Amino acid sequence: MTMPTSPMDGIGPEGQFWAHLRAGKLMIQHSSSTGEYVFYPRLIAPGSGADDLEFVEVSGFGTIYSTTIMRRPAKHGGDDNVAVVDLDEGVRMLTRVVDCAPDEVHIGMRVQAVIAGVDFGTYANSEQPIVLFRPAGLRAGAVS
Amino acid sequence: VTAYSLRGKSAIVGLGTFGLGRAPGLSSMDLMAGATARAVPDAGLQLKDIDGICGGTLYHMFPTLSIGEYLGIRPTWACSDMTGGSSFLSHLLQATMAIEAGLCNTVLIAYGSNLKQAGTFGIHELPTFEKVYGLASPLPGYAMCAARHMYEYGTTREQMAEVAVAARQWAQLHPDATMKAPLTIADVLASPLVADPLSRLDCCLMSDGGAAVIVTSPDRAKSLKHRPVYFLGGAGASWSREVSQIPDFCTTPTAECAPRAFEMAGVTTNDVDVLQLYDAFTINVIMFLEDMGFCRKGEGGAFVSGGRIAPGGALPVNTNGGGLSFAHPGMYGLFTLIEAAEQLRGNAGARQIEGAEIAIAHGNGCTFSHEFTAVLGAASTV
Repeated sequence: MTMPTSPMDGIGPEGQFWAHLRAGKLMIQHSSSTGEYVFYPRLIAPGSGADDLEFVEVSGFGTIYSTTIMRRPAKHGGDDNVAVVDLDEGVRMLTRVVDCAPDEVHIGMRVQAVIAGVDFGTYANSEQPIVLFRPAGLRAGAVS
Repeated sequence: VTAYSLRGKSAIVGLGTFGLGRAPGLSSMDLMAGATARAVPDAGLQLKDIDGICGGTLYHMFPTLSIGEYLGIRPTWACSDMTGGSSFLSHLLQATMAIEAGLCNTVLIAYGSNLKQAGTFGIHELPTFEKVYGLASPLPGYAMCAARHMYEYGTTREQMAEVAVAARQWAQLHPDATMKAPLTIADVLASPLVADPLSRLDCCLMSDGGAAVIVTSPDRAKSLKHRPVYFLGGAGASWSREVSQIPDFCTTPTAECAPRAFEMAGVTTNDVDVLQLYDAFTINVIMFLEDMGFCRKGEGGAFVSGGRIAPGGALPVNTNGGGLSFAHPGMYGLFTLIEAAEQLRGNAGARQIEGAEIAIAHGNGCTFSHEFTAVLGAASTV
């Protein structure tokens, strides 16, 4: 098996995903031989084992597959959305929806990716932005 | 040789629980040992008779070494298959294979957790792309499965509440259950939402506690203290690890493993007298009953309504009160085996299902990631 030659030597699939986000691009792995998109980033595609995965830029548009509101007291930051989005390219991502109230997020809602720094999780208050989503069609603006 | 050759090739002969609810000052291994100290004499055996060990916690990298060392057992065979809360049902299958192969004679399956005291799940390894979004528990994943089930099939919060109310009614009949106060559907609906659409009372307890089961060969089982409870069939299925990789939020791997387990046991849903289903959340019971074929996909909410799975209902489910009202020390799987075995022994007291011959114990791991169905039977079924 010939593994793909990475344009970023010494950086694995996951590291490349984060590097693309730092450059402002949402890139998802794609296999030319099978036509499938793969997320999360891997060395080979699940199921097919395709070893020609390459990062390609995607539309960032998707649909809410499911969503919940994590209930928290206001003193601990208040309610927060957690959602799962089906990207139009066919991969499913866990995420949070921003720029709208948690109770406005609903299954079937069209959303668009936004790359932003966050104050929660692994990359809280760091230089590493992550993928969030906002209602599709919303005018560009500051991420709340 | 097929999997069918395992039917009836092991029996559960010893049961023990310890420190259920709150057990101040005791470690997870203490709780495991307390349960073992009850299960071994329950079988009419001594520690020195144990030559196989299965177990695992969310905190021990080398669980069978820790258990063996603590108890002073040097097992000839051990297994710590880790699939989350379903692990212990998988262990029953592994133990059956090991006993049938002659690698050991008598296996201890043991678990302990001081989750309530620790105040955290303490899982060593959380999925990368869940940590990124600040997820620290399985709660939001299950909530999103429930939300999707409501969206696709019209399942209601009232129907999910039926599961919690039935569990509480069963718990009221079990002397060791944690939660016994009367509970109504209105109470569940009025309890605070923790992750929509799940309220606090749709969620399992957070308990301390230990559990232990002794498994041996059918020949040896016949000479021991209680009526043997036979392994008739068992199968697991794993489809994912993290929430975003669940292929369908409304169907669990139970749809794959339950038919395999039923086939190995030579039974159908019509033969089942009582079920113990890992109810981490109320939606779990609804989806498991659908996926096992007790009703059609999407009809689980209506199926559990009207007290069908409660005391006096047509299909008894979680007769100890389940993880919702009995106890839930982080991983509940072993408790499904214990209650199934109590029912088949005929020792379940006020909650006994008269004439129970076939029982299902079903474990769930991570977020509908791994499921394991075990079919157990009384002597009349072997």
